[in-house]
Amino acid sequence: MNAANAPLPGWVTFFLMPLLNLGTALLISGFVIWMIGQNPFEALSVLLNGALGSGMGIGFTLFYATNFIFTGLSVAMAYHAGLFNIGSEGQAYVGGLGCALVALALDQYVPWYVTMPFAILGAAIFGAAWAFIPAWLQAKRGSHIVITTIMFNFIGAALMVYLLVHVLKPAGAMSPETRGFAAGGQLPNLDWLMAMFGSRLGPAPLNVSFIIGLVMCFAVWFLIWRTKFGYSVRALGMSKTAATYAGIPYARTVIITMLMSGGLAGMMALNVVMGSADRLQVEFVGGAGFVGIAVSLMGRNHPLGILMAAILFGILYQGGAQLSFMMPQITRDMIVMIQGLVILFAGALEFLYRPALVRIFSRRQSLAEA
Amino acid sequence: MHTVDIIVGMLGSTIRLSIPLIFTALAGLFSERSGIFDIGLEGKMLASAFASAVVAYYTGSPWLGLLGGIGVSIIFSLVHGYASITARGNQIVSGVALNFVAAGLTVVLGNAWFRQGGRTPQLANSARFTEIEFPGADAAREMGFFGKFYAEVISGQNILVYLAFITVPIVWWVVYKTRFGLRLRAVGENPGAVDTAGISVIWLRYRAIIIAGFLCGFSGTYLAIAQSASFINNMSAGKGYIALAALIFAKWKPIPVMFACLLFGFLDAFSNFMQGKSMPLVGEVPVQFFQALPYILTCVLLAGFIGTARPPKAGGIPYTKER
Repeated sequence: MNAANAPLPGWVTFFLMPLLNLGTALLISGFVIWMIGQNPFEALSVLLNGALGSGMGIGFTLFYATNFIFTGLSVAMAYHAGLFNIGSEGQAYVGGLGCALVALALDQYVPWYVTMPFAILGAAIFGAAWAFIPAWLQAKRGSHIVITTIMFNFIGAALMVYLLVHVLKPAGAMSPETRGFAAGGQLPNLDWLMAMFGSRLGPAPLNVSFIIGLVMCFAVWFLIWRTKFGYSVRALGMSKTAATYAGIPYARTVIITMLMSGGLAGMMALNVVMGSADRLQVEFVGGAGFVGIAVSLMGRNHPLGILMAAILFGILYQGGAQLSFMMPQITRDMIVMIQGLVILFAGALEFLYRPALVRIFSRRQSLAEA
Repeated sequence: MHTVDIIVGMLGSTIRLSIPLIFTALAGLFSERSGIFDIGLEGKMLASAFASAVVAYYTGSPWLGLLGGIGVSIIFSLVHGYASITARGNQIVSGVALNFVAAGLTVVLGNAWFRQGGRTPQLANSARFTEIEFPGADAAREMGFFGKFYAEVISGQNILVYLAFITVPIVWWVVYKTRFGLRLRAVGENPGAVDTAGISVIWLRYRAIIIAGFLCGFSGTYLAIAQSASFINNMSAGKGYIALAALIFAKWKPIPVMFACLLFGFLDAFSNFMQGKSMPLVGEVPVQFFQALPYILTCVLLAGFIGTARPPKAGGIPYTKER
């Protein structure tokens, strides 16, 4: 049998392989840390301790993970339809505009739980709108969605900087950001969640968006695997020609899927804009859209996998922040590099160990049969 | 300022800003024509900029710096090649990953070696590619528009600028007039047919991405030791993506690539010039508009409103010999 498609037990594909890939990425990172004269084991322990050692650490980890849940779901949604959306970064950025406009309009008049549903809608609609043109171009004019979404990331970034500098910045302010939101535009922290486990959140900005993220995980799972629309999305992802032959409308499915994907990316803005910064800032997405690609791939495009991969990247982010604080030789840029290596090994080289694993497990199987 | 001065000045900076785009877009051309998407152009450029600055600093020679830049860029290319050709991984993800690695690794190493927040030390002029003055340039400067044009656009550029414009026809010749070029174009359209003809798809694609790495080495080197005198954090600043846009805008063809890069370079120069000035009829145009314009133009092109842009058919699909 060809090693490329030989079946492997589920736990190998879903746990052992990602774990081996992650281990390789960390091994190389450790080597770089050793090369610049630091102790990699100490760095790893600082990283894990910083991310998981305290209530505050866990709070920050889950806060970052929330960003990646949304962007990961966004990438996965499109991926199921065979579309590669690398525009989650830009869609999240523009989604922040929708979220901020709602918060700016309502924050002084109503409590947060009234603002929130409108803010979710605003973020999702603006994010979806930013995905609409690439989706339409793909569906109707056959323009490659990978290329158009990259272009839209940059167009979106330019648009947002323009709006923040020339339109949204309050008169007299120096930095390009909106005014701070009043209490009605701030999502509350999840102190009670931490208290349930007998721990304290401290200043960590873990907020209600995390719960919205979990709900969206379930919603995406339900949509993809339990509805007629989800079936047509997956059919399209398997084979465009077969799906079209079966009567699934190509253009409509592509556009709706991309709108949902963009909407999910846009909702990421809630977590940062209303949950932590309480204002709209330049570059608030900070690469979360690109990390979403890795999260989605590592999580095998399944919401449960995405949740776990998002938490993993959350650990890297928060642990990395702690690391640069405790070991000043290791700057935040190290985390950018580690992320890159994790994306490389868990994403692009995900089947690196597959042939070897197939050899091991098929031998065991044939022994068992004999 | 005289209009002549403005026009000549603008043309000069258009040339200078286009050079990294030309090298990078031509690099992308080889990779994408062979069927390998290359989002990692940006990262290769950044990594080679860092390597060239470091080597030039330690050796004092810009040529060794160039060699270092090319070497590191080819290593990045080979990683991308291993992931996307041998391991049949996702090419886009591999490119994104390499961009992250380059952005992080350059600063980490720079910080560890030189302790200047990721920058490399300032280079002496002898360790850089400096401007070459053509004979008679000084005299020509006073002789009207063409004299000035000769003195400040044709003359007074560094060697890499001239190399970039020599590279364009060479690439055209390689892609359209050699056996390698024919096979390169074929493998991006129909790798199965190339394989049937008894030519190794894998080796052909590896050669294409090695050439891509080679050319990116020039653009990174240009940024670090020709245009400036040291490596600065994230100094490629999205130029890799603009080059990608230019490549698509030029429909994956070498000569149009040069013109697309010159156009995008001109937009860059023009937006620098227009900063804070107002245009007749429309008033002050925000600089962000010019920054977004290359991408907007490319999207309009992709939409099929200005001709059609058709990417190589087998782009992004790993080649599997047998099932």
